[in-house]
Amino acid sequence: MLFCATLLVALASAIVIGVILVRGAGGLGWEFLTAMPAKGMRAGGIFPAIVGTLELVGLTVVFALPMGVAAAIYLTEYAKDNWVTRVVRLAIVNLSGVPSVVYGLFGLGLFVIFCRFGTSILAGALTLAIMTLPVIITASEEALRSVPDSFREVSHSLGASQWQTVRHAVLPFAVPGIMTGTILGVSRAAGETAPILFTVAAFYLPRLPHSILDPAMALPYHLYVISTQIPNIPQAKRYGTALVLLLLVLSLNLLAVMLRTHFRRKRSW
Amino acid sequence: MRWRRWRERLIEALIRFSGFSSITLVVLIFVFLLKEGLALFSTVSLGDFLGGRHWYPISDPPRFGILPLLCGSALVTLGATALSVPLGVASALFISEIARGWMREALKTGIELFAAIPSVVLGFIGITVLAPLIRQTFHLSTGLTALTGSITLAFMAMPTIVSITEDALTAVPRGYREAALALGATRWQMMVRVLLPAAASGIVAAVMLGIGRVIGETMAVMMVTGNAAVIPHTLLQPVRTLTATIAAEMGEAVRASDHYVALFAIGIVLFVVTFVINFMADRFLHREPR
Repeated sequence: MLFCATLLVALASAIVIGVILVRGAGGLGWEFLTAMPAKGMRAGGIFPAIVGTLELVGLTVVFALPMGVAAAIYLTEYAKDNWVTRVVRLAIVNLSGVPSVVYGLFGLGLFVIFCRFGTSILAGALTLAIMTLPVIITASEEALRSVPDSFREVSHSLGASQWQTVRHAVLPFAVPGIMTGTILGVSRAAGETAPILFTVAAFYLPRLPHSILDPAMALPYHLYVISTQIPNIPQAKRYGTALVLLLLVLSLNLLAVMLRTHFRRKRSW
Repeated sequence: MRWRRWRERLIEALIRFSGFSSITLVVLIFVFLLKEGLALFSTVSLGDFLGGRHWYPISDPPRFGILPLLCGSALVTLGATALSVPLGVASALFISEIARGWMREALKTGIELFAAIPSVVLGFIGITVLAPLIRQTFHLSTGLTALTGSITLAFMAMPTIVSITEDALTAVPRGYREAALALGATRWQMMVRVLLPAAASGIVAAVMLGIGRVIGETMAVMMVTGNAAVIPHTLLQPVRTLTATIAAEMGEAVRASDHYVALFAIGIVLFVVTFVINFMADRFLHREPR
């Protein structure tokens, strides 16, 4: 009986992926992936949505990675074990629990309006970066903690300062774990819709964005709109868009898992 | 030598700053929500907002009662919890106690795969596959109901519940299992009477985090629950949640209008609710098991 319950849950994901794979494969094609949309989305391709998602996610990493790793370094190497640190950790837990649409509101209020960035890739990336921060911090912290203390002790005994120790004796060995966590965070950011609803997403742009201050199309938002608001789109195109997004996210996850196994095997301590 | 000391001080200051960034951001989010949302309460009282039965933001005069939205969120969350907790705990029990080897890895991967699927894709499947199924099964006029939302959200919460419950179960000392079995208990009795109570605080935390996830979910819910802002009587009718309201209406709300600040006020409610849930779940996770 327990087996059936577990099987149901595990199979559900396979069924979802399978359905999209089967029904969406028909909609994929070179033109679909590389052409600009036409006729109000009923024809043409989703190229700008793909480009938009990639640009958004790239900029997100630029913002989130340094800050996340630095915060993790603070937590593992510099922070003392007192109530302040506990509050910091509580804040991280809460950041990861905030609903995605509230992030969207926050991004709207702060970046789009207050900072006057307007509906732009910049505003969207900053919002997504804050959303991804807890994931990167948690993964980096775990990676840093897994480096044995003996590394730090040897470095200190040779006369290195705290930062030198971190920079040369700890951080390089934590890089695989940090990379894995970042890729997982990125795959999550790529699939999010609510934070970009009000901060960056546009539905039908005839050209690619020129700069990070332009709005952009993005895959998740695109899927949402064509499945709820535009009638008369061939079902294959809808499934095709879902498939592209799904493949993007799943391959990022796969990459992260493969990296993790590879480095775990290569580890010599 | 001196410039090196300065550079190091600067780097350490940046690290410290990043360390506190999480607190800064949480506070910042709350402050911004308040800044915009509190403006609502100069025209609408808190009681009217929280208890008002009508959400007509674009009528004249507009009504901003979120009771139907609160009920919508609550109903969908309750339904999702009722589905996902038994299934999730059962799966965690199976995976941690009974499954072995490749089957265990395969099951774990299958469940964790669900966590990787974006919510908009799940909403898409909900509209195209689940909703017609429900419509046919129950002979309704539309398949976009609270039940559809509950089922979709149950599957979204399940990876969280399964993995945290599994952690809680593996944290129970082996001696508990061995003692129970030595006293003659069957495996089932051992799991239900000994393991579950011992892992109780972890399981409660898992459920709360799952609930938190469900309450905060926006896209999947918006796509499958039908978006009717009325107080629901059954599971088989369209509802609208707090999150879907913000997402659906922000596009049309005129900036700085009453509608706009009302949506921010809903954001405050969501933020506070998820904050409380996450805070309590965190306390449960860090309690000592019996």
